[in-house]
Amino acid sequence: MNNEIKPFTVSVYTENSIGLLNRISAIFQRRHINIESINTSVSEIPGVSRFTILVEVTEEQIKKIIGQIEKQVEVIKAYYHTDEQTIYQESCMIKIKSSVLLENQKVQNLIKDNGARIVTANKEFFVIEKSGRKSEIDQLYRDLSHYGIMQFVRSGRIAITKDEMKITEMLSAFYQ
Amino acid sequence: MHTQTLKKEKSESVKSERITGSEAIIRCLLAEGVNTLYGYPGGAIMPVYDELYKYQDKIHHVLTRHEQGAVHAAQGFARISGKVGVAMATSGPGATNLVTGIADAQIDSTPVVCITGQVASHLLGSDAFQETDIVGISTPVTKWNHQITKASEIPEVFAKAFYIAKSGRPGPVLIDITKDAQFEEFDFEYQKCTGVRSYKPYPKVDEKSLKEAAELINKAKKPMVVWGQGVILGKAEEEFKAFIEKAGLPSAWTILGASAIPNSHPLNVGMVGMHGNYAPNLLTNQCDVLIAIGMRFDDRVTGNLQTYAKQAKIIHFEIDPAEVNKNVMVDTPVLGDVKVTLSEIMPMLNENSHDGWRAEFQRLYDIEFKKIIEHDLYPTKDGLTMGEVLKEVNLQTRGMAAIVSDVGQHQMIACRYANFNVSKSNITSGGLGTMGFALPAAIGAKMGAPEREVVAIIGDGGYQMTIQELGTIFQTKVPVKILVLNNEFLGMVRQWQQLFFDKRYASTEMINPDFVTIAKGYHIPAQKVTKREDLTAAVKEMIECEGPYFLEVAVEKEDNVFPMIPSGASVSDIRLE
Ligand SMILES: Cc1ncc(C[n+]2csc(CCOP(=O)(O)OP(=O)(O)O)c2C)c(N)n1
Repeated sequence: MNNEIKPFTVSVYTENSIGLLNRISAIFQRRHINIESINTSVSEIPGVSRFTILVEVTEEQIKKIIGQIEKQVEVIKAYYHTDEQTIYQESCMIKIKSSVLLENQKVQNLIKDNGARIVTANKEFFVIEKSGRKSEIDQLYRDLSHYGIMQFVRSGRIAITKDEMKITEMLSAFYQ
Repeated sequence: MHTQTLKKEKSESVKSERITGSEAIIRCLLAEGVNTLYGYPGGAIMPVYDELYKYQDKIHHVLTRHEQGAVHAAQGFARISGKVGVAMATSGPGATNLVTGIADAQIDSTPVVCITGQVASHLLGSDAFQETDIVGISTPVTKWNHQITKASEIPEVFAKAFYIAKSGRPGPVLIDITKDAQFEEFDFEYQKCTGVRSYKPYPKVDEKSLKEAAELINKAKKPMVVWGQGVILGKAEEEFKAFIEKAGLPSAWTILGASAIPNSHPLNVGMVGMHGNYAPNLLTNQCDVLIAIGMRFDDRVTGNLQTYAKQAKIIHFEIDPAEVNKNVMVDTPVLGDVKVTLSEIMPMLNENSHDGWRAEFQRLYDIEFKKIIEHDLYPTKDGLTMGEVLKEVNLQTRGMAAIVSDVGQHQMIACRYANFNVSKSNITSGGLGTMGFALPAAIGAKMGAPEREVVAIIGDGGYQMTIQELGTIFQTKVPVKILVLNNEFLGMVRQWQQLFFDKRYASTEMINPDFVTIAKGYHIPAQKVTKREDLTAAVKEMIECEGPYFLEVAVEKEDNVFPMIPSGASVSDIRLE
């Protein structure tokens, strides 16, 4: 097995119940693995939640972790994927002084060229939003930081696999 | 919680009835066939105790002297009866006192349901009197846990709890119930749970893997089985015996697997692991096919993984997919309940006897006998050995007793020398190694199987960790036999200090109280033996006594348990001295 450390996106389909985040994150904690980012949301199936977790580990490690995650009573199914197997995005918001944007053509170009979007604007500040790969967001952050950033926040990764995940069929089997 | 995620057993006449949450809890327990529970009251669980008063004739509540004792007793009950053990405690300190036992049950796959009271729901998260986040605390050591804040959730959560605790790979479940939910009235109706949508306790059996496994076993010249508790938990003793007999497989056990087949079975070649037998440990690194059945390759069994059975093809019969390839890379995993997989593989197996290879086990046993066993069982020196005490217990109980051992040297000696003739006879804390386990676990074991002789074998150290349970024994009159092997040391740690820390006995010497007087203080007949010539009569008296009995045997202070695989060493480096 490949023993190189690389990013893996873990997708976990679960029942929507209290305390599960605790159970799942504890699996990483016990093995002393740092979670790069974690996002939980509803999924395409009513009543089923989806965790998207980004970690940097070896394939051998991630396989064992998936086993431990699937063992949790309220986990329906867990998968892991490499970057090549997924379509993924992060999102960020940046707050800058209104004067910076209004007085500086370069800043306006940065926003336009990066496909960022102005979320809100008032006399004191602008809030800009950008979604994309981590590297693109990093780049925008670096470029804008020359002009002064008031606040910056970035979301966890969300990802959709190129392959199908057959959760609905698995669930319908339960009722037969 | 989503009702649509559970499957319920159809029962025809479910009439609903308006009752309180506390009464509902008792009704749930009765519906699950619970007639004994272990616990300790307190403010946040008092409504349930009040109901228990009403149901005294249907459900026996055993008041232990500490909540740790309650879980261990529930574990002992579960381990010997194959049913779910139940323990109950109040919130805060009551709940946290359960944690050691819950962790022990988790690692040893013991089905227990723990019920804890909790502060009223409007106080949750406010650091109220006796509030602890027991759901948070117990999360890493439970198979499942849940907090109930509304009485109406009780039936469904209890049904689910029992189903989860006992199905698949069993384990502990904790239910935390707020005090207001215990008082609240609702329309009660109960249906057993038969499935949880997200939970697949029995993996699908794969025909291909069975074929592959059978082929490997049929071709093997030097096959060897290592079985664990999975055989007992799967109630697969018969299937297991038929399997090894047909293929003529020498078979060794982990300490939790002990007693699945009798020690005297010709294919039983002894115990693996740190203080296991010489032959199965050494031959693990010579066999050509290693067949692991319902065991999890614990590091106490494998020693150094880099050198463990590298020459062998490995087959793993296992119910828990997360165990496959966790520690040891396996060539052929056979997922499923061993009761099913072992019977399905039978027709694919060739009959065999492997006489030459089995003789190798015998040859190494003879070496171990001369070097170690003979001196343990038939000592010529003055001091009493733990081994000869065990031999005496075997004689007096005709090897039919259930042995509940604590943790330390006496535990290893008990596992090595007790005659296990009946399944579920070795009740001990394997994975967690919890000192203090045996005394309360023996109480539960005797209640779980009143027809069996239950002998607790305990060291002077571990005895004092839960010695207060003598009070429970006195009050319930449960006829357990307590045998303390007193070496006036925390013996197992002292052994390590002697072997690996230049005999620096840091904090392992024990100045002990007069144990006989203490037992008598609890009105338990008691006796101490210091001389070999008194041993037989004393053990006889203990076994023949109708009620509980305490026997202390002063054993050699600095005896060691051998063979031994030093921690982290290879199984091939097993030491005979
Ligand atoms: C709760 C707990 N604390 C500490 C230990 C570490 N430990 C393992 S064996 C042992 C010594 C046990 O001494 P004793 O009960 O007298 O039994 P002996 O080894 O002498 O037979 C200790 C301290 C443990 N297993 N459990």
